[in-house]
Amino acid sequence: MNEKDTIAAIATGLVESGIGIIRISGSRAIEIADGVFGTREGKRLNLTEAESHTIHYGFIYDGLRTIDECLISIMRAPRSFTSEDTVEINCHGGPFILTKVLDIVIKNGARLAEPGEFTKRAFLNGRIDLSEAESVMDLISSRSEYSLDTSIRNLKGQVYEKVCMLRESILTETAYIEAVIDDPEHYSFESHIRDFSLFLETVSGDIETIIKDSENGAILKEGIKAVVIGKPNVGKSTLFNKLIGREAAIVTDLAGTTRDILETEVRFNGLLIRFFDTAGIHETSDRIEIIGVEKSRKVIQDADLVIFMMDKSSKIDKDDREILDYINGSDKKYFILLNKSDLSPVIGSSELESCLSVNNGQFLGFIDISAKRGENLDSILEKIHDYFMRGEISFNQEVILSNKRQIGEMKKAAESISNVKAAFESGLSEEFYSVDLMSAYESLGRIIGKSVEDDLADKIFADFCMGK
Amino acid sequence: MREINDFDVAVIGAGHAGCEAALAAARMGFNTIVFTVSVDSIALMPCNPNIGGSSKGHLVREVDALGGEMGRVIDRTFIQSKMLNSSKGPAVHSLRAQADKADYSRCMRRVLENQERLTIKQAEVSEIIVEETKVKGVKIFSGITYYVRAVILCTGVYLNSRCLCGEAVKYTGPSGLQRATYLSDSLQKNGIEIQRYKTGTPARMDGRSIDFSRMKEQFGDVPIVPFSFSTDPESIQKEQVKCYLTYTNERTHEIIKNNLDRSPLFAGVIEGVGPRYCPSIEDKVVKFADKDKHQVFLEPEGLNTNEWYVDGMSSSLPEDVQIDMYRTVPGLENARIVRNAYAIEYDCIKAMQLLPSLEFKKISGLFAAGQINGSSGYEEAAAQGIIAGINAGRKLQEKDAIIIDRSEGYIGVLIDDLVTKEGFEPYRMMTSRAEYRLLLRQDNADIRLREKGYEAGLVSIEEWNRTQEKVRMIQDEIERLDRVRVGSSESVVSVLRSLGSADPVKGVSLKELIRRPELDYEKTALLDSERQVLPDDVINQINIEIKYQGYIERERKNVKNFKRLENRLIPDDIDYDKISGIRIEGRQKLSRFKPVSIGQASRIQGVSPADIQVLIIYIDSLERKEKDKC
Repeated sequence: MNEKDTIAAIATGLVESGIGIIRISGSRAIEIADGVFGTREGKRLNLTEAESHTIHYGFIYDGLRTIDECLISIMRAPRSFTSEDTVEINCHGGPFILTKVLDIVIKNGARLAEPGEFTKRAFLNGRIDLSEAESVMDLISSRSEYSLDTSIRNLKGQVYEKVCMLRESILTETAYIEAVIDDPEHYSFESHIRDFSLFLETVSGDIETIIKDSENGAILKEGIKAVVIGKPNVGKSTLFNKLIGREAAIVTDLAGTTRDILETEVRFNGLLIRFFDTAGIHETSDRIEIIGVEKSRKVIQDADLVIFMMDKSSKIDKDDREILDYINGSDKKYFILLNKSDLSPVIGSSELESCLSVNNGQFLGFIDISAKRGENLDSILEKIHDYFMRGEISFNQEVILSNKRQIGEMKKAAESISNVKAAFESGLSEEFYSVDLMSAYESLGRIIGKSVEDDLADKIFADFCMGK
Repeated sequence: MREINDFDVAVIGAGHAGCEAALAAARMGFNTIVFTVSVDSIALMPCNPNIGGSSKGHLVREVDALGGEMGRVIDRTFIQSKMLNSSKGPAVHSLRAQADKADYSRCMRRVLENQERLTIKQAEVSEIIVEETKVKGVKIFSGITYYVRAVILCTGVYLNSRCLCGEAVKYTGPSGLQRATYLSDSLQKNGIEIQRYKTGTPARMDGRSIDFSRMKEQFGDVPIVPFSFSTDPESIQKEQVKCYLTYTNERTHEIIKNNLDRSPLFAGVIEGVGPRYCPSIEDKVVKFADKDKHQVFLEPEGLNTNEWYVDGMSSSLPEDVQIDMYRTVPGLENARIVRNAYAIEYDCIKAMQLLPSLEFKKISGLFAAGQINGSSGYEEAAAQGIIAGINAGRKLQEKDAIIIDRSEGYIGVLIDDLVTKEGFEPYRMMTSRAEYRLLLRQDNADIRLREKGYEAGLVSIEEWNRTQEKVRMIQDEIERLDRVRVGSSESVVSVLRSLGSADPVKGVSLKELIRRPELDYEKTALLDSERQVLPDDVINQINIEIKYQGYIERERKNVKNFKRLENRLIPDDIDYDKISGIRIEGRQKLSRFKPVSIGQASRIQGVSPADIQVLIIYIDSLERKEKDKC
């Protein structure tokens, strides 16, 4: 809650758009912008000398690497929204560019703004009328709670558990150190050194993995795994072929001819979506097809998203219901594609509703398409992209954080742990480890919305027989 | 009935809190009367025979820096002394001394008796007199009323106390001393919330019946380090007693487990909440069932007594069980109990009714310090006592209270925890509670707190000048060391090599060399021709400041942020119900606790960071409204 440092955030929201704006505010705003900005040839532009209310053309650099072409507006205090030195970087839109630029700005000394913080500063610096105070307060309280809640809710069970586990192990080690300090006649650290060193390796490894996966691993390399599923002959392979634009899958009018899982990748607004075509799941005695069905079930297990395809021109039958039950029995999010919109519909809306009687938040929506005519296929991609950006779809296997703030906290935790390692290796005594262990603990707590309170004292008393 | 108007300040109780409070008030120039149920029990140590220990040693140093008495008295009456954690970094070094209990008590009593403007009075205070939220005086059991301007409650464990030992229950204070029967009611009548806590003490053995040969000897340190900054270390080097270490075993635990139904604690007879950090042996055996032994220390109660304190085995089991239990411990096979172990239950207040000055929020001029506030320990009591005494005096001087915040001392952490967090068990100081503990060292308590003691009038101008001079010497020398370049001549290289240190890099300063783990200030003397002779305590500070600079600077930076919130005060008359942006839970907690600053508000359980943001803006808008009016 430092009110004097320099803050930065994406001002335009994380949506696809032509232009996006990163806003930086605070005494170091111009200096920070100056440090990441240059001409095409990489020459510095000396923004610190620039006059207020001027616009500058150039490029954002991450070290020597060019990131984006942009315009930078300089507004000097007090003639800005916040009354502080403010810089707005107008760069190309899209979440990837925007988050990358924000990353660079933060790496160079800005802090990620809290929800409503620009408005708060504007108020504190007298820019907003007094009568607006009330609404600003409401804004802050609702926004911060909302954002905290949603980002925490979006953490998948695995991530939440992993963070809890990390915290627990950090707290246990800290409690041990504190017991040693408070009761040196009962406990000693010497006997614990090997365990402690092992703990450090494990924790730092775990944290590094999460950061790496969260930042680039999964999202860039692997993309979203979307499995297309449906009873035989519903049009999966047709859709699939349209998506990839080439005849890679075997498409016939005979039900059950897709034997192997086919896979293709589509890149949409920077997001990699991998579609998996599956054999239809239904009761079968055909041996070859059994293998296909088994494989499909497995693919669903590994999927990030299920696309359930139905034939709008024929009645909902037992197969459809079984597949739906199966999806609902997993924890996968899914869309329902209503295919064959070119034929006259048989399924009515009430029937569709009844399918969804068991819905525990997995169902994301209906999409009407005609695979044969290639109609409305883009809306599949749009919806997937949209839901991903809202955090409704996340990755299945990896323990990853999709929220900038959370990744930031995880990085702080990593830094704290590396400080502990450095202290440990340089032979400093254990009270110095506590300082950074507790910082790491706090950072991890902020990821899952927990504050520290008296955790440590409670832990010491619970685990150690203290006092004489 | 007779009324007495001779005094400014009344202190109720003459334990470790009461003594410091009374001395502080009297030394600040106020006629002070201290009431005790028994003059013979002034500064009594009814439990362990030692002062200090991890984090408690810090408190004693801080009390001393403020001009308190505890450190000086223990320096005169200790019989063994040890610096705990001396193998670790300086922040967690902590001094602990075994006291000659009777000597300590007598010595402190003499200080009180000889203190100008201080009167000792043996009497039970039965009532506090409050008129319109202002304290007016106290009434003693005999009916005499003392009208005063400030009252400090330091009642320890004496309020409605009862001692339990198995089925035997006695309605007394510790060691059979008279308890205070009426005061709790009077406090409650005045709207003060009371709760019930419990603590306990082990048995005392006849030293002649202990077989010390079966135990491990525990020696004191040589040389001895004094507690008080004003004690000359040379003057206290002396012969020290030994303590002894032994262990409980499976048989001990067996006996305890078989008799748990006779323990008032487990049978549900005890209503009070006991401390987790100082568990009875029954607690330890039940809670840590996997441990097959627990440490037991035998510590002498003094030089002129045969009584030995059995540290680690406090209990409320019946005495017949106690005899069997203690006799399972190696060395205690034939031990005879002089005084049995017992648990004691007592009334204390919920300390969140207090301001950080230790004055009641609702009753002006009434202060509380020590175990009545839910703390435990002699040192915690003394620390609160001196603050309550100082602030009672400040109140009468119509000056602002002197507050030590969490970044300035363990005393600050202690009091802030007590008045901000809803406590559920007796509170004991621990170093882990201090978030800035690398700064709050026992070695620099004078640098941290002398000024406040001087401001209060408890530290003389000479002492204060001495501290200032020390600070100046440390700063000047560190600056000089930063300027001095050692070069890389052959002689420099050979000195460094002889110290097992790498060759110097170009332009390296002495300060940078001192930071090397294998070097320090003293070891670099040969490389420093301009060096002047400095006192040991100055050299010690120089070493610490240079060696741990990274950590120290980081904590100082954190302290800066902390202070910003701490210094943003919340107006007394704030109406939290008017602030719509604060969630209901936060609003209720804030209304109930009435924090004095944004910093304190942020530490209340149930108040979220968003609530704090909203509160800051609200206060800001209030201030701006005020400004607009002018």
